[in-house]
Amino acid sequence: MRFDQARWSDDESEGYEPLLSEKDATEATVDDSPLPDDLTRDSVELPELSEPELARHYTRLSEMNYGVESGPYPLGSCTMKYNPKFTEDVAALPDAAVHPDRSEGTVQGSLELLHGLQDYLARIGGMDAVTLQPPAGAAGEFTGILLAQAYHEANGEGSRHEVIVPESAHGTNFASAALGGYDVVSLPGGDDGRVDLDALEAALSEDTAALMLTNPNTLGLFERDIEQIAEMVHDVGGLLYYDGANLNALLGRARPGDMGFDIMHYNVHKTFATPHGGGGPGAGPVGVVSDLEPFLPTPRVRETEDDTYELFEPDETVGKVHGYQGNWLVLVKAYAYIARLGDPGLRDASAKAVLNANYLGEQIDYEVPYGPYHHEFVASAGDQDAADVAKRMLDYGVHPPTTKWPEIVPEALMTEPTEIENRETLDQLAAAFDAVASEDDDALDAAPERTAARRIDQTSAARNLRLSWQSIEE
Amino acid sequence: MTGHHTAAGSPFAPHTPEETEAMLSAVGADDEADLFDIPDSVRFDGEFGIEARSERAVRRELRETLGENDDLTEFLGRGHYDHYVPSIVDHLSLRSEFLTSYTQYQPEITQGFLQALFEYQSMLVELTGLEIANCSMYDAATALGEAATLADRVRATSGHRVLVPELLREERRDVLENYVAGTDLVVETVPEDDGNVDLDALADRVDAETVMVYAENPTVRGTIEERLAEIGDLADANDALFVLGTDLVALGLLQRPADVDADVVVGDASLGLPTSYGMGMGLFATREEYVRQVPGRLVGASDDEAGRRAYTLTLQTREQHIRRERATSNICTNQAWVALRTAIHVASLGPSGLVDLAETCVTEARDLAEAVDAIDGVRAPVHDRHHFREFVAHTDQPAPAVAADLEAEGYAVHAVDDHELQFCVTDANAGSTDELVAALTEVAR
Repeated sequence: MRFDQARWSDDESEGYEPLLSEKDATEATVDDSPLPDDLTRDSVELPELSEPELARHYTRLSEMNYGVESGPYPLGSCTMKYNPKFTEDVAALPDAAVHPDRSEGTVQGSLELLHGLQDYLARIGGMDAVTLQPPAGAAGEFTGILLAQAYHEANGEGSRHEVIVPESAHGTNFASAALGGYDVVSLPGGDDGRVDLDALEAALSEDTAALMLTNPNTLGLFERDIEQIAEMVHDVGGLLYYDGANLNALLGRARPGDMGFDIMHYNVHKTFATPHGGGGPGAGPVGVVSDLEPFLPTPRVRETEDDTYELFEPDETVGKVHGYQGNWLVLVKAYAYIARLGDPGLRDASAKAVLNANYLGEQIDYEVPYGPYHHEFVASAGDQDAADVAKRMLDYGVHPPTTKWPEIVPEALMTEPTEIENRETLDQLAAAFDAVASEDDDALDAAPERTAARRIDQTSAARNLRLSWQSIEE
Repeated sequence: MTGHHTAAGSPFAPHTPEETEAMLSAVGADDEADLFDIPDSVRFDGEFGIEARSERAVRRELRETLGENDDLTEFLGRGHYDHYVPSIVDHLSLRSEFLTSYTQYQPEITQGFLQALFEYQSMLVELTGLEIANCSMYDAATALGEAATLADRVRATSGHRVLVPELLREERRDVLENYVAGTDLVVETVPEDDGNVDLDALADRVDAETVMVYAENPTVRGTIEERLAEIGDLADANDALFVLGTDLVALGLLQRPADVDADVVVGDASLGLPTSYGMGMGLFATREEYVRQVPGRLVGASDDEAGRRAYTLTLQTREQHIRRERATSNICTNQAWVALRTAIHVASLGPSGLVDLAETCVTEARDLAEAVDAIDGVRAPVHDRHHFREFVAHTDQPAPAVAADLEAEGYAVHAVDDHELQFCVTDANAGSTDELVAALTEVAR
């Protein structure tokens, strides 16, 4: 497959598409304001462009950007799958645009939708209750940490100060536990890439507040000993937290609640195909078993006896983790996606995601050291530098895998094709992997050549900080 | 029909039955179920009971469900504001290369989004006067929480007190409390003086143990703080960070945060998205000296191998995927696409458009307050201050009953307490103020 990304360049010596400020900036003075001078600023200097100029600027920028609709995007653990168009349209319905301070009686439709989504997610996760408030996966993790803390404190066990996290876990797990004030105990993995039960035994104690686990883990491996792990954690009085980043692998095949997890978050932007928007918004609803329900963030939505919906404050609520109700528009899209797929579609999504990963993993020349894997696999670039492999893959029109992580695999290429690719695309993907695998260091070093920009100097970006157009002008 | 091949499966998985068979055979499996390495004891063989629907059916269902929301003209604010969003914002931001991408881990192939975020950061730098802006937090409340944890890091040795205005939106206070739950910070309030911070009380309360003083401009009651520089001085004299809460529209007119010595600016963007039941985007800007303590993502300019300017995420060694439990924040997925929308919205306004919009927020609020004040049984504004977008009115009748009556007439307003209502007016609802006043005249006597 031949690939050339658009590259807009007005000035060969300077850069690519000029900054808005370089096109036309104007200063507006604030001299005739309805306020006294001492309460106002003097002026504002911003770009001043006509609508056609702006349309052209942002269209050019979009052409220098790669999305799921540009081509394969097998970025491991990020579940970059196709975002159906109609979900944008339903989120744009005029009735979805309401103010968060509206009285309950006047937003029955919004409350019904939230209630319906809570219910769907509870069923999918095997959980008893769900909050939709956390605006991202990491915010969901932090919410889970707050819930665990509140639960232990209510039981007179507030002295538990450790959260155990496997070394291969997402970095957010460590950061979320630390944000909650916990000491993070890093759990080394076993030889098979899964949790080492002896190491877990050694890590567990009466100080353990929770174990945060991803299942399948970041190597794509299912933690087969999950019931025993749950029992061990529960035996010392700890809680088991499920990181939902990889839930796409399990839809309709296994449920965290059935495995013994007490708390989980859902990344609706991954599993339920709401667009990632260049880095968000996402949404990170949290599900819990009934023992933890009284601690959920306020407000929650419930159905009343006369078929209306109301907000209420759980008895022992941890408070709030978002100013309002979370990322509402994302939640609308997630509801629409789940409703569109239903039972058969959700089950099929995970089946095809797992089939695709297995098929692709089988085709490529790079070694995949751990298995059997589910929706993603971690290949090793071997003697090649994984970061260079990624840059070269760009030239083949492929967004590369997540690289150099998890560290348990040398020069890791963490690959997640998702269910949306057909065999032909997977074969093209495999061909790109194999072409790069056969190339020498010079070819890799020179890459990328066909993207908007050539290899970018990361060191100079960090040493000589230029974080605004003002800093460039100086 | 948009069913593709898989009538009984995901409409977005493209496999034909023949293709599935061939791929299963290629991986040596008889059946899809064989690919799942899950012990029988935890396999799920049941049904969720979620019926699959056609696209048309889902769309109809959601139109009906959301149609249950009453069609009200909203005069609500208190941190979430409705400003008209130009069509160009939707059309450009919905281009799929933007919408369906993720964080720019590979900068060479994501220059477009990186440049848009760099431009967004630059706009915030211009509007705040501070040197550093990140490219989004979830919302104003979480940005405030992040500001407090930043204050804790840079002033860790000096104390543990965080001072916030008594008149702070309750939800913001609540989120802040949760963000500092894992630190030894304690949140305390400063009393109000006619809608603004009581400076004498602040002078009494701020001390060497204080690491952060938070103020808002405009306040939750819509008043404009008149003595921000003095608040900043009190914070500075006690070696505490001065954190200022505001929004992009207000920044177009009100005192520049840098000119009142703000150390951090947080708030809600309030441009780029319509009212979205509270979904928005958090602002975060600060001084250069704290750049390594900033939460969230930063886009920097660099050069590529061809010697041209190009953009990349930078200082990632602060972030969770590298520093794990020692990261400045746990944030990963943020609100980047909303930042893109906000940047397009600001760019489409231009400098004079932004100043005009901000001035409208002052004059419309002033005009509406005058008209409301002329109604028998109502007095406005309660606070003898300048106002931005919103103000509080006193009602002789019980305010909740007046608000309920207005609701029945098609207007949503906020009841502050027993005899106080709050009204918020922007460019979006300014055309309906006469009708609101007429309705209020009927129900308030």
